[in-house]
Amino acid sequence: MTIHSRQRLVVVGNGMAPGRALERLFEQAPEAYDVTIFNAEPRVNYDRIMLSPVLSGEKSFEQIVIHGDGWYVKHGITLYKGARVTRIDRAARTVTAEFVPAGSLGHIPLEPTVTVPYDKLIVGTGSNPIILPVPGRDLPGVLTYRDLDDVNAMLIAARARGSAVVIGGGLLGLEAAAGLKEQGMDVTVLHLMPTLMERQLDPAAGHLLQRAIEARGIKVITRANTKAIVGNGRVEAVELDNGTRLPADLVVMAVGIRPNMQLARDADLAVNRGVVVDATMRTSDPDIFALGECAEADGQVFGLVAPLYEMANVVAAQLCGDDARFRSSATATKLKVTGINLFSAGDFAEAKDREEIVLRDATRGQYRRLVLKDNRIVGAVLYGDTADGPWFFDLLKRGEDVADRRERLIFGQSYAAGGIPLDPAAAVAALPDDAEICGCNGVCKGKITGAIAGLGLKSLDEVRAHTKASASCGSCTGLVEQLLKAQLGEAYNPAAVQPMCGCTELGHDDVRRLIVAKELKTIPQLMQELEWKTSCGCAKCRPALNYYLLCTWPGAYVDDSQSRFVNERVHANIQKDGTYSVVPRMWGGQTSAKELRAIADIVERYDIPTVKVTGGQRIDMLGVRKEDLPLVWADLSAAGMVSGHAYAKGLRTVKTCVGTDWCRFGTQDSTGLGVRLEKFMWGSWTPAKVKMAVSGCPRNCAEATCKDIGVVCVDSGYDIHFAGAAGLEIKGTELLGHVATEPEAIEAIGALTQLYREQGRYLERIHKWARRVGFDTIRQQIMEDAERRRALYDRFVFSQSFAQVDPWAERAAGKDAHEFAPVAELALPQAAE
Amino acid sequence: MNAIAMPWVEICALADIPSRGCRVVRTPRGRIALFRTAADEVFALDDRCPHKGGPLSEGIVHGRHVTCPLHNWVIGLADGEATGADKGCVRRHPVRLEDGRVFLSLLFTDEEKGSS
Repeated sequence: MTIHSRQRLVVVGNGMAPGRALERLFEQAPEAYDVTIFNAEPRVNYDRIMLSPVLSGEKSFEQIVIHGDGWYVKHGITLYKGARVTRIDRAARTVTAEFVPAGSLGHIPLEPTVTVPYDKLIVGTGSNPIILPVPGRDLPGVLTYRDLDDVNAMLIAARARGSAVVIGGGLLGLEAAAGLKEQGMDVTVLHLMPTLMERQLDPAAGHLLQRAIEARGIKVITRANTKAIVGNGRVEAVELDNGTRLPADLVVMAVGIRPNMQLARDADLAVNRGVVVDATMRTSDPDIFALGECAEADGQVFGLVAPLYEMANVVAAQLCGDDARFRSSATATKLKVTGINLFSAGDFAEAKDREEIVLRDATRGQYRRLVLKDNRIVGAVLYGDTADGPWFFDLLKRGEDVADRRERLIFGQSYAAGGIPLDPAAAVAALPDDAEICGCNGVCKGKITGAIAGLGLKSLDEVRAHTKASASCGSCTGLVEQLLKAQLGEAYNPAAVQPMCGCTELGHDDVRRLIVAKELKTIPQLMQELEWKTSCGCAKCRPALNYYLLCTWPGAYVDDSQSRFVNERVHANIQKDGTYSVVPRMWGGQTSAKELRAIADIVERYDIPTVKVTGGQRIDMLGVRKEDLPLVWADLSAAGMVSGHAYAKGLRTVKTCVGTDWCRFGTQDSTGLGVRLEKFMWGSWTPAKVKMAVSGCPRNCAEATCKDIGVVCVDSGYDIHFAGAAGLEIKGTELLGHVATEPEAIEAIGALTQLYREQGRYLERIHKWARRVGFDTIRQQIMEDAERRRALYDRFVFSQSFAQVDPWAERAAGKDAHEFAPVAELALPQAAE
Repeated sequence: MNAIAMPWVEICALADIPSRGCRVVRTPRGRIALFRTAADEVFALDDRCPHKGGPLSEGIVHGRHVTCPLHNWVIGLADGEATGADKGCVRRHPVRLEDGRVFLSLLFTDEEKGSS
């Protein structure tokens, strides 16, 4: 059998570096090896760089999985989850692992240990967090920040709110602190050195960073030397050597990592600070490779992903018989705390033969510092606007002589080029092919553009799949998209990624998720935190953001009328000549002599040119002058009528037929149900307009089966329909489900509306939302999951308690009077020469 | 094309115009829209979109731009020009902000003066 001709490759560790090495290996020689992986963690390979967004609630674990179970199956890999390798027997060429007893394991072992032979072995044991040797370090409630188990433990601890102390003000410590703060904890960061992140930042930038961290309500204590962690059976406080005592329900140690080389040492492989490897990534045993955070190459150990992935490339090439060599290069760092932009690269210590160029703009919170040696950039620190980071880093890595543009250099690429700011697409287009776009995965521009052209890629996801660019931390997504745009032009299919508008790279769903995760409460706060590219948005995003905030924080959010489209701001529909139309509400399409008389009087009194019956069973008065609106409304109010919201992205109308009241075929009280539904739902704001109808029998005279939500009454109860359309598109409704009683129908409809309110993208009608998320998903949540339905219904009722205020009565009484009158009238001047 | 200007006329307080909003001044020459940006700058333009005459005063104000409520043309407040692919220009009027008061001066061209 051919299978025995394959060599056996065993991998110890299932982290990002070995995962990458295997990917590269399968690309180059898919049939060469039978692969077995041992993973001490009971799960698949995931993106450790993205643990911080999981902690802050911005991402879920599923979103950061790199290789799902299917990947292992597809490549015929034997993956032992939750199996810790305890011994490498170099003489017998075997490894032995024992199963970790906790957690849900992929294999239920019959034997407590397993021994597997290898031809080639990869050691990727990673690193261990450093535990400070202080008293109390073993107390429950003292955690490190290294893997998903740590994150889960922190999330559980954070549920109780309470206080957290993070020891260590480096990259990981600050990300942990920000995540815990997002989870509602009271957080203090302790840092031994005078300024934060002193290995990556100079003191000035460290100070700016400290200010930004403190502005989020996180306390920072520098020069803090931890003396002891105290508690009776569980952590209670942290004591510093100056006597300060900080109460703590949770302590996170993030003071650094140490290569995990115990296994290699026990096997008598050469070790120093890490497992020593040569430039081919071989250890002192030529059949054993080491890579990742456990490996020491060129006298250095590494913790950032770019050099680790470079190691993986070398291992894969060597396993295929190619002679690749590892060379360490400068690395760049970005802090992954949303809203804080920080970039540093290279070496920025002061020295006699070095010069520096500094740019500060305190009001904009900008700081830039370049360190030059012999007219070449050797270090760069950017705080605030970091868009030029990759460009400086590229100059640094290439050692380019910058003498000819020193004066303008600090202002960044667009100015250094010649003083004319470039648009972002042009700036990316101007980058050389070997400029690095994705720092995490070491993907340069030429590789991306080559893949787009060579493989005919059309979407961001395809580029991610083929090149890995922007597939890890995602911060270069914008750049990759600009490359797609530059190359494909009109052919670039924007459905693959749809930013809300030109003011942001974020899509509608991202923004809605972040509003909740980051508890964003106002439009200016949202724009600041989510890094809007414009000072105050545009006519596309502002109405959407206003709706999202209103929907997310009912009762608390103050509506921003200046972010509303004119119709919703003045509560009437603007017509092509600048006049307005007025449609009073007629519950369920029923009216009365008193209402009709009042309308007739108003039409004559205000000389309203057109009166028309609408498709939604209402009366529309067209051509009302703006300044007359409050007067018209006052008269309508006096006759007991309220706004029909014919202008709103909200509930418009509930049409009805006469049902059992009059019709000889009627099966239920359709008019009554329509009126009750309209009284229950009026005033609600929704992503787009909602039109409803209730028909009293399947003859369906109210045309309920082309509405956003419709009810068709039958003998046995009520068929609830949704997701119809009869506008630009014609679409019959889908059946949501059948209920026996009217209260059940109202509960299901309220829950459905709330689900749409929470998930719909602004201006997305119900049928488009339903097609996007799936009809069955919606049915399941509303009709089958009673608890979910009840929770949605309750949220809708809560929201309605703030929404049902008649806007016309308010304005007739004087609210927003400035909307309806000119600020001044000027007379004709004397025409003078 | 020569232009003569009316002397400055005090119109209102800055606070009378909503931030990121607009108020209209009625003049014998038509409606003039007084815009106030988030940065408290004030601009005066004819209240007519160059596209189909829509009331710019009813549009959403963002940065130094306003989006016409009828068909979403985006007009620059500082230069009166339509942005993007759209072509057209709205007449601007000199406006001055002094001690929180807004002053306007109407600009008439010789041509218009002749026709008035």
